[in-house]
Amino acid sequence: MKVWLPTMVVAFGLVTGAAQAQTLTIYNAQHEQVVGMLTAIFTKETGIKVQVHTGEGPDIASQILQEGGDSPADVFFTENSPELILLDEKGLLAPVDPTTLAKVPGKYSAADGDWLGVLARENVLDFNVSMISESTLPASLMDLGKPEWVGKIGIAPSDADFLPLVSAVIQTEGKPAALAWLNGLKTNAKIYEDDESVVAAVARGDVAVGVVNNYYWARLETDLGPQKIDSAVYHFKHGDIGGLINISGAAVLKSSKNQAAAQKFLAFLVSHEAQVALGQSDVDFEYPLAPGVAPNKLLTPFAVLQPPSISVSKLGDDQDAGALLQQAGLI
Amino acid sequence: MAARRPSGGLLTACCIAAGLVLLPLGVTVWNAADAGGQVAAALLWRPLTGFLLFNTLRLIACAVISTGLIGTGLAWAVERTDLKGKRGWSVLAVVPLAIPPFITSYAWVSLSPGLENFWGALLVVTVAYYPLVYLPVAAALREMDPALEETARSLGLDRANMFFRIILPQLRPALLGGVLLVALDVLVEFGAFALLRYRTFTTAIYGAFRAGFSGAEPALLSMILLLLCIACLTAEFFVRGGARYGRLARGARRRAASYPLGRWQWPAQAALFTWAALTIGVPVGMILYWLGQPGDVATAPVAATFGAVVSAAWTSVSLGAAGAAVTMVLALPLGVLAARYQGWLVTALERAAYLAQSIPGIVVALALVSLTVHALRPLYESTPLLVAAYSVLFLPLALVSVRAALTQAQPALEEAGKSLGLGRMAVLLRVSLPLAAPGLGAAAALVFISVTTELTATLLLAPIGTQTLATQIWADTSTLAFAGAAPYAAAMAAMSMAASWLLAGKFGAASVFAPVRPA
Repeated sequence: MKVWLPTMVVAFGLVTGAAQAQTLTIYNAQHEQVVGMLTAIFTKETGIKVQVHTGEGPDIASQILQEGGDSPADVFFTENSPELILLDEKGLLAPVDPTTLAKVPGKYSAADGDWLGVLARENVLDFNVSMISESTLPASLMDLGKPEWVGKIGIAPSDADFLPLVSAVIQTEGKPAALAWLNGLKTNAKIYEDDESVVAAVARGDVAVGVVNNYYWARLETDLGPQKIDSAVYHFKHGDIGGLINISGAAVLKSSKNQAAAQKFLAFLVSHEAQVALGQSDVDFEYPLAPGVAPNKLLTPFAVLQPPSISVSKLGDDQDAGALLQQAGLI
Repeated sequence: MAARRPSGGLLTACCIAAGLVLLPLGVTVWNAADAGGQVAAALLWRPLTGFLLFNTLRLIACAVISTGLIGTGLAWAVERTDLKGKRGWSVLAVVPLAIPPFITSYAWVSLSPGLENFWGALLVVTVAYYPLVYLPVAAALREMDPALEETARSLGLDRANMFFRIILPQLRPALLGGVLLVALDVLVEFGAFALLRYRTFTTAIYGAFRAGFSGAEPALLSMILLLLCIACLTAEFFVRGGARYGRLARGARRRAASYPLGRWQWPAQAALFTWAALTIGVPVGMILYWLGQPGDVATAPVAATFGAVVSAAWTSVSLGAAGAAVTMVLALPLGVLAARYQGWLVTALERAAYLAQSIPGIVVALALVSLTVHALRPLYESTPLLVAAYSVLFLPLALVSVRAALTQAQPALEEAGKSLGLGRMAVLLRVSLPLAAPGLGAAAALVFISVTTELTATLLLAPIGTQTLATQIWADTSTLAFAGAAPYAAAMAAMSMAASWLLAGKFGAASVFAPVRPA
């Protein structure tokens, strides 16, 4: 006991002491390596220390909801806009500085100015080139619910990236059609835990095609090298719902006690320097939203894409999508 | 002895410890009941629940068979044949106990992503948990009275009949106890299955927690898991407490009969070598392989610089020390009570503490989150809360050793101390504790190892910015960044194996195993 007690006191001091210093707390649902790179530059430039709590988007959003008015979070940075919309509906977000909002096209941020669009991703169909030819791939995402696709598809319905896709289908096709489509997917698809697993499954030939964000294919390609990868990306065209754009965004919590530093971090996220760093790095594979900044060279130019014309605010807050996925027995 | 009554202070301390263990249980039941009948029915009566039950029970059934066969076969070869190199094999057989299951899982899944299915899960579980069968069965085989076998042979039984009619019945308590521990460990394991993307109740509870934080759904799923765990623990209690094949004569012991392998000697050596390669070679080999690969910044959420690994290791060690200290403070009064006093209250308090063994880490963590996020807010996302979770989880582990150590310290010496004028506290500090010191040290070391390799509660409860070896391995492996995780995995495996080695060298292999056996 004589040895343990001081050790315990020291341990408590070390672990809690680090958390109590005046720092910016970011609740993060972006990939850790992306946020790690950004916060390193931010701290170097501003001297503001940052601590990051990472999780899946819906997880962090509901955590903030539960924590309510005295959440320790200053900033919420996530891969998908519906989580930001949910927190905005509950009145938990503070307005973003207008000068910061002006750095990116207005249609990618909140209409009321309470959250900021930072990066964009495209939904794609990842396919194994030795298992299926590109000419036989479907014109629409909705086709994947048809019987001819049984056993050929991989999806990750519990990944946060799948929810906006379901929301979009509900918006454009209506709930009954969306449910029928999900029931079809349940019969046809192999279920994976996350998008990482889906691209890996397509690459090794477990399934012929996989519904993922373009990010994951580019990441696997970077990781394995172009010679080793046996899969490619298929873009849904002509405004099909399958080509939906997901917005990575950030917001300042109304309850934050570090409002100035938090606004500074948001301004940094869309600054020319940060956006160029994101586009040039081999860490992120999303489209920087600031005009004139080129994305990672593995990505198809943003202007060539033919996404559906559904706005981020119309996409809503994911709640219907989650309920429908549960009803279809996918989660 | 029976007439002595425990002091009020001792009873209070024990009630606090037992209450702490029962707290997460109570919170879970409360949260589940809070959902109301209709919501609960809708959440539980859906295909997912059946799917999880099927997945979990199927894995348990197969793991019970595979670990039972392999554990018994191995124990037989090592204890009851003329196998060459017995001593070496008997050490290698228990080494996998010192490798945390989610490290084993990391190694296999990084070897082949094709293992992300039922067979992969069964492989990892078998490789990680077979020592839980091997150790008790080996001990039983060692202690068996050769007279029974000699009699059977003299009555004309051949070898196969001898095994099934004479030996197996005697092995039953050890074998059943072992496989029930395997079943319990499969039920509560989270990290290994999450990495394999195999869905069981623990991974589904984590998923539900991620989706809805501390709502009704994770609490309801927790209730099913708890019931399954308690069923296992109860069965294990009856198996151990019930059947026992004692020798009639306790006099001079004879060595158990040994059977020549003959031409099976080399096939047996080959089989043992293959098994060691699977259980130790693959985890250690894969970690070493990934250590040699360049970590790609694109895919590794956590970069593995030397400083980062050292800092994570230091946090793990600090938490391990704090966890061990608090757990020992809670276990000591309970140990004293159980070793020195009798009565229904004593039994009830001790049983309550052992009940913690059936509460999975994910349930404890979830209950503590939902308790502190609204009420008890200052404790939310704090180190003391994390340490409290550790002490709930590992109290049974500590209590077994503490109780045994105090039972061995002779009460007569305490009474001598008292007759020479020492007070109760002084007797405890100057007589009992020094006598029991080695056993207490072993208990603290066991808890220390368990905390440093714990993943689930750490993942849910670690304060923002706290990075341990376990959380870093998790961050990298859950996105398949194996090279990034390797230095952390190497540090954890090395720490766990070194600590277990020291412990086993000092107290014997069984001390690392410490099966929980309610008195």
